[in-house]
This record gives sequence, structure tokens and C-alpha cells, in this order.
Amino acid sequence: MGSDLPEKGLVLLSSWASMFGIRVMIALEEKGLEYEYWGQDLGNKSATLLRLNPIHKKVPVLVHDGRSICESLIILQYIDETWPGADGASCFLPADPLARSRARFWADLIDKKITDAGANLWMTKGEAQAEAKKEFMESLKLLEGELGEKPYFGGETFGFVDIALVCFASWFHTYDVSGSLNMEAELPKLMAWVKRCQERESVSKALPDPLKVYDFMLILKKRYGIE
Amino acid sequence: MADEVVVFRVWDSPFSYRVELALALKGVNFRRAEEDLKNKSSELLLYNPVHKKIPVLLHAGKPIAESLVILEYIDETWKQNPILPVDPYERANARFWATYVDDKCLEILWRACWTRGEEQQKCISEAGERLRTLETALEGKKFFGGDTIGFVDIVVSFLTPWMEVLQEMARIRLLEEENYPRLCRWVRDFSSCDVVKETRPPREKLVAFFATLKPPN
Repeated sequence: MGSDLPEKGLVLLSSWASMFGIRVMIALEEKGLEYEYWGQDLGNKSATLLRLNPIHKKVPVLVHDGRSICESLIILQYIDETWPGADGASCFLPADPLARSRARFWADLIDKKITDAGANLWMTKGEAQAEAKKEFMESLKLLEGELGEKPYFGGETFGFVDIALVCFASWFHTYDVSGSLNMEAELPKLMAWVKRCQERESVSKALPDPLKVYDFMLILKKRYGIE
Repeated sequence: MADEVVVFRVWDSPFSYRVELALALKGVNFRRAEEDLKNKSSELLLYNPVHKKIPVLLHAGKPIAESLVILEYIDETWKQNPILPVDPYERANARFWATYVDDKCLEILWRACWTRGEEQQKCISEAGERLRTLETALEGKKFFGGDTIGFVDIVVSFLTPWMEVLQEMARIRLLEEENYPRLCRWVRDFSSCDVVKETRPPREKLVAFFATLKPPN
């Protein structure tokens, strides 16, 4: 991996288990965009990562023609707006402002409610874990309600909210075991939606093996000194 | 009225203010629906069942919630006086700073004003760092949006008068001219805009209101 960024083209700095990085990988694949992947060791952050994302020091970072864009949902919108595709056909966000606002609302909810609650399922115990379990399941049930009978959150087309949520799919097994959730039984429509998304090449290529993620979680627990 | 625009708000909220400022910038007429947060209206609960919060924008009977989501909706629906830039990279930048303010600045600034003792000193120090970072976004520009008020300016609007009043009450000065020359200049320039003067809540009313809130232990 070179430390010199190409002047032109796309580079994605990410880490294999990062759901936020997975969002960007799916997005780039959906648009058929070529890019270089620079895997990052988040336990020992590279000078390049710290230079490209000095404020948050996180992955993913997308570099396009030498300029960096941070924060996964912002990157998704950047990709969508820079490569809209013919007649907006392959756009993640719909054309109608009201429909766009709904997509943004649900993506925002995913970031606010799923991320931390999911992490707390394996990082905490007792009351804190019970609280996390409640918030996690309630939020997913809300999302399942929003999905309804549609094939995707975007309706007939795979879109913004689908990408924002399906990135967690490889972590569901970890959450399930850590939190004793039984997601398959509790969220059947959502689990069916996950399988439907996994039929897309962009998704199946980006999602890591759930068992690998579980082992990674165990390593993280040790690293953070969590019992 | 079919196209009616309603903002569910509370007069002292910097979040509903963002929505009102954006609509005012675009010259869009709207009705204010004042909420009592201790006794939320059935309409608010109907229009924002997930979070049950203000602000909610109701446009032609359809609700939109979450201030940043509402701002984007406003910009896409009423095209005059754009709030976000046209270029995708500049748009990403604006979104970045808006979420930085919401995720990294608001809470710590609030806590710096309401905590005391050692915890307050820690909050003040952290808040100072965040403000220093935020200030870099103003480099070479009058407003965060450039020559005119934009997305980030609207989001940062809580700095004046809310943060000014809170700092006075807490008897702290976070935004010192010598430490934050650009942000202090921004406060002056932003405050002198007609649309801001016409829409912001009166300072004295905010002072009276905050005086009734007890600082947390």
C-alpha cells in the first residue's frame, strides 16, 4: 500500500469489519465505480488516515481526485450526486423531496439508534445491556414497520436506507448471540429483506462472514478489557 | 389551505429556529404552531410518532421531522436563495460541518454553561477545542456558506443569542475575541443580517427563560 494518493480516481480507506465502510463499498459497487481499497488497522492508525480525517480520525474516508470526504452517509450522498446515472435511475435517494426526507430521516435513526445500542449489546452487561437490547429491538421493529410489504426501503429499488441498514447484517449474528435476541423469530420481514439484499452482488461482496465478525468482536472485547 | 406550511416549534428552541430561519431566507410564509413540551399536542404526536419532538415541518399535510432533514427538504422544495451549494464536494463539506456541530459541539457547549467546579473546567476546555475546530471552517469566508448565509450558518445559529445568554448567566466567556476572532466576527455579521434580526427570539425573553431552569447538580 503506497502512501501517495493518486491524483485522479477513487480511494477508499476502511476496515473490513466497519459497517460504515461497508456502506461505501456497496454504494461504489452499485454505481459500477472503480476504486482502490486501502485497508486500515484501527488499533494503529496510519498517518494517511489521520491526515485525511484529522477531526474524527475514523474510517471510512473516500478520496476522490485527491480530496477527502468523511462520514458514511455524507459519502453516500456525495457518490449519488457526483454519479447520478442516466435519468437518475440508479440513484440511492429518490427524486421527490418528501420521499428523500423520509429516507434521510430513517438513515438518521439508524445512525442514532442502531449503532450504539448494537455495540452495547456486546460491550455491556446487566442493566446497560438490557437497555441496549430494548432500544435495539424497538428501533429494528420500527424499521421493519417502515419496510412493510415493500421489497426494499426504497420501494422497488434498492436505495439509501437499504444501504444504511444492510451494512449491519454481518453483525446481526454477533448481536443475536451477545444479546440473546432471536432476531430471526422477532423480525421475520427484516431478515427476509436482508436475504433479498444479499442476492445483490454489491452487498454479498461487501459483507464479511458473520462468524469472522463474531471472532473479531471477541478480540475487541479482550483489547478493551471487557469481560 | 392545500399548500399550507406549518412549523411545530417552541419559541426558545434553537432547533425549530433553524427551520424558521430557513423558511424566512426563502421568503416562504408559514404558520407557527407553538408546543408545550410538558403537554405535547395530539398533532405533534401524530406527525412525529417516532421521536415526539419539535421541530416538525408540515407541508401540504405531510410531516417532516429532524432539523437537518427539514433544512434539506426546504432547500429542495423552494429553490430560491439556495442554502446548500451546488457542487457535490462543497455540499459534502456543508453536511460535514452541520453534523459536526450537532454531534460534537452542542452538548459540550451546553454542559460548559450548566456544570460547575472541576467538571465545568473540563467541559470548558473540551468545548474550546471544538470551537477551535469549527472556526477553521470559516477560513477565508464571511459566513460558513461563503458570502451569504447557508446551511452551516443556520445550524450554528444557536451561538447567538442562545450561547451568549447562557455564557453570561454561567459567568463564563467561551467565545473570547482574541481566541476566536473569526467566530466572534461571524456572530456580529450574522446578527446584523435583517432576516436574523427579524426572526430570532428576543434576548431578554431568553434570559428570563433560562433563569427559571435550574443547573443540574
